[in-house]
Amino acid sequence: MNVLVLMEPGEPSRQALTLARKFGEPHGLPVQAVQPFAPDALAAALARAVEELDAGAVFAAGTDRGNEVMARLAARLNLPLAANCIGAAPGDPATVTRLRWGGSLLEEARLHSPRPLVTVAPHTVPADDGPQPPTIEVGSPALGDLVVRVSDHIKPTNGGISLADAKVIVSGGRGVGSKEGFAIIEELAGLLGAAVGCSRAVTSAGWRPHSDQVGQTGTKVAPEVYIACGISGATQHMAGLKGAKRILAINSDPQAPLMLNADYTVTGDLKEIVPAISAEIRRARAGRTSS
Amino acid sequence: MRIAVCIKRVPITGGRIVLTADARAINTQHLGFTMSPHEECGVEEAVRLIEANKGDSVVLTLGPPEAVEQLRDAMALGIDRAIHLQTDGQEWDGESTAAALLDAIRADETSNGPFDIIFFGNESADSGGFQVGLRVAYALNRPCVTGLKRVTLEGSSVRCEQEVEDGRDVYVVPLPAVLTVKEGLNLPRYPSVPGRMRARSKPVADVTPARPAPRLELVKLLVPAGQGRRAESLGSGAAAAPAVVDVFQKAGVL
Ligand SMILES: Cc1cc2nc3c(=O)[nH]c(=O)nc-3n(C[C@H](O)[C@H](O)[C@H](O)COP(=O)(O)OP(=O)(O)OC[C@H]3O[C@@H](n4cnc5c(N)ncnc54)[C@H](O)[C@@H]3O)c2cc1C
Ligand SMILES: Nc1ncnc2c1ncn2[C@@H]1O[C@H](COP(=O)(O)O)[C@@H](O)[C@H]1O
Repeated sequence: MNVLVLMEPGEPSRQALTLARKFGEPHGLPVQAVQPFAPDALAAALARAVEELDAGAVFAAGTDRGNEVMARLAARLNLPLAANCIGAAPGDPATVTRLRWGGSLLEEARLHSPRPLVTVAPHTVPADDGPQPPTIEVGSPALGDLVVRVSDHIKPTNGGISLADAKVIVSGGRGVGSKEGFAIIEELAGLLGAAVGCSRAVTSAGWRPHSDQVGQTGTKVAPEVYIACGISGATQHMAGLKGAKRILAINSDPQAPLMLNADYTVTGDLKEIVPAISAEIRRARAGRTSS
Repeated sequence: MRIAVCIKRVPITGGRIVLTADARAINTQHLGFTMSPHEECGVEEAVRLIEANKGDSVVLTLGPPEAVEQLRDAMALGIDRAIHLQTDGQEWDGESTAAALLDAIRADETSNGPFDIIFFGNESADSGGFQVGLRVAYALNRPCVTGLKRVTLEGSSVRCEQEVEDGRDVYVVPLPAVLTVKEGLNLPRYPSVPGRMRARSKPVADVTPARPAPRLELVKLLVPAGQGRRAESLGSGAAAAPAVVDVFQKAGVL
């Protein structure tokens, strides 16, 4: 049986390929075949290829691009779509395991479909290291499929360290108390060359911009060290921390979920603890340069 | 101008998710409910657009009788009226949700004319299907742009900024259009007391669609295994600072 895979550059598509191979012989359709990006044109090309190859299933990475092209394909073909799967097995019905709540919950489901459409959640299955599948020609898109297409690109404006790439993140929650309260968070971040993050309680209060928010509806982060100051650790916040190597929680409540899900904890008032850590870093550095 | 927003009632899960005995739903006995932050931004954007351009705004939800609370929340922020597609509390998959919303939208458009914009969240908070808005748009034969962090009217078109890895991609599409949005699009206002009062008397139309057999059929839910962290206490108060710096040094980040 033939299967189709929407291929983007990078790991997540090769991870999608791993699950696709369980369904049949993969053929790849490169996302870059339509430039500039036009998701309806890609969905139309996939739909044509499904016909031509009589493909029994279609896969893509569960990236923004992958999910949106596959949902457009599902609408066109009038088929169900299982998004962000971490497992899938052929059968009648096919079965899938998929992420819910940004990964805080898993769902086992049956996919009743003549052609399963599946996107694979990034970094949840090993990447396929077999040969690149043969590439499908895209053909020229219909005009109507180019109404939605990228016409311009805006580069990020803030020159600072981006949350998604930061090695260290100092993050503050409602416990920081106010917009001004973030001065001590910024001071520590400055000393560590870290990015500043925050919880949704903080962005909703207008203390920090949404671009600083970590979590299910904010940014997913993967630092060496994540320092959570005055954050309780709601599941939607933790959904953004799955990639963090080490978590240090500072909280006055030792039973806060973040304190129970951290690697290291300090109990007490962050307004005393955070400046004390900054002072200690300065002391350690001064000691190093004078000796 | 006419604008619709589709929202979904979801539980506020707190620090730990507990499932029902049959593992097919979250145990919500002690939980509050809300709409997704993405959808809240859709509501705020709709209210701002109608404040600036005049017209009619409608909020729709498919959900149990209690979901009227989320409809009232949206009306407290300034939405004019609501359409409640009532369910018995069972979950609907993305396909059937889109089909039911489509019917309700078509019925409203038949009486009142097309919506210039229909807002959806980029993905629902609970099931995260990434599809309902795109399905409705395809059935209406309207352009749909996803994952938006900024929306600007430009005459009979709308300029859309979509968040991507290295910045933002820009799309300009003609109205009527379907737009799926993300938190960060705007900073939603808090509902005022008079807003809440007014919301109580705003109209809510009820319809009761029939639930088709889901083709993406939930079998059971699982709480994923923890990440195996065992918290090591570094002490309490300012006295813990040297131990913290030790940890930074060992992690190689100092
Ligand atoms: C669909 C959905 C999506 C969401 N997405 C996100 C998201 O992306 N990111 C996110 O963060 N949230 C998200 N939320 C919100 C989330 O549920 C929580 O409401 C939020 O994370 C709470 O923020 P917080 O921990 O700062 O506040 P709180 O829960 O109020 O916690 C404050 C903490 O600070 C501690 N504290 C108070 N004072 C001090 C002090 N002086 N010193 C030390 N500790 C102190 C308290 O003990 C407490 O633990 C989402 C919610 C929903 C429903
Ligand atoms: N039951 C529902 N009622 C109204 N709108 C919904 C419902 N389910 C999903 N939506 C809308 O569709 C968006 C995408 O949902 P999903 O495809 O499930 O990720 C959500 O953010 C909502 O705007």
